[in-house]
Amino acid sequence: VAMTKLAQWLCGVALLGSAWAALALTPPGLQLPAPFRQALLPLPVYLLVAFGCYSLATVGYRLATFNDCEEAAAELQEDIRAARADLSRRGLQF
Amino acid sequence: MAAAGSAKFSVLLPTYNERDNLPLVVWLLVRTFRESGYDFEIIIIDDGSPDGTQEIAEQLEKIYGSDKILLRPRPRKLGLGTAYIHGMKHATGNFIVIMDADLSHHPKFIPEFIRKQKEGNFDIVSGTRYKGNGGVYGWDLKRKLISRGANFITQVLLRPGASDLTGSFRLYRKEVLQKLMEKCVSKGYVFQMEMIVRARQLGYTIGEVPISFVDRVYGESKLGGNEIVSFLKGLLTLFATT
Repeated sequence: VAMTKLAQWLCGVALLGSAWAALALTPPGLQLPAPFRQALLPLPVYLLVAFGCYSLATVGYRLATFNDCEEAAAELQEDIRAARADLSRRGLQF
Repeated sequence: MAAAGSAKFSVLLPTYNERDNLPLVVWLLVRTFRESGYDFEIIIIDDGSPDGTQEIAEQLEKIYGSDKILLRPRPRKLGLGTAYIHGMKHATGNFIVIMDADLSHHPKFIPEFIRKQKEGNFDIVSGTRYKGNGGVYGWDLKRKLISRGANFITQVLLRPGASDLTGSFRLYRKEVLQKLMEKCVSKGYVFQMEMIVRARQLGYTIGEVPISFVDRVYGESKLGGNEIVSFLKGLLTLFATT
């Protein structure tokens, strides 16, 4: 039985979270060199912000490139005219 | 798989207060199918519309014949999902087309769906507004933003493998749709999303065809603030249960 998406996310977060905690929050003595720890500590926040920016950029881009179907609308009006004419001929009471 | 010569397409048209649009969409469907040469039937499931939709459906049945126009009405608004189930009981085709009856979906795309289905032997072909030269007409910025935003959230949370999940212009193999209807429990837009998500879970293949969605010509649109809230609730439910 496959995992639900929520379960997949929780697993992923737990995995990355524990890796981060293990590396960034270790007690003195077992620590990585200072520069690594300094970079690692705020990483979750950085990633969230980066994801936020990516989301805004992606939605913005997709919004801007959302096709407007002018010809489709015009064609539909033509079709409606033809349909009404033909249906009238066939006796439809609108 | 059925040979091309024996393929028959059942178009399900659930309607509610579509008296103005129904004859037009039926006319377009008949023209499209006759021009393309495929065998077809149109099943109209009217939920007791007070505006006389059923009456005009009866006129259409007289004009085109009761082997092509099947009327299967219901006494009142009972929802889209049950309308599909009800319609399918009477469908004699081996493929089912579902679409909106308000002219926002143009029947001219159906031959493209059919071509795509043959090309990849797909179980489902889904019309997409978001890829290729798919698109919309008559949407203001706000509606487009909501659409793209909702789709983005859906893609991130569900990773569905299809670009347009809330779209409802699709071609299904009949047995695939029957199987999916058994499993889907949501309502409204979420119902259309759930079908795609469950289809992927069950290993069905999904092809996509760009379509243009022209905002409805006559009548009132059924999208409002309530819809957005229930969409989000439904999305989170799908996230947690599939």
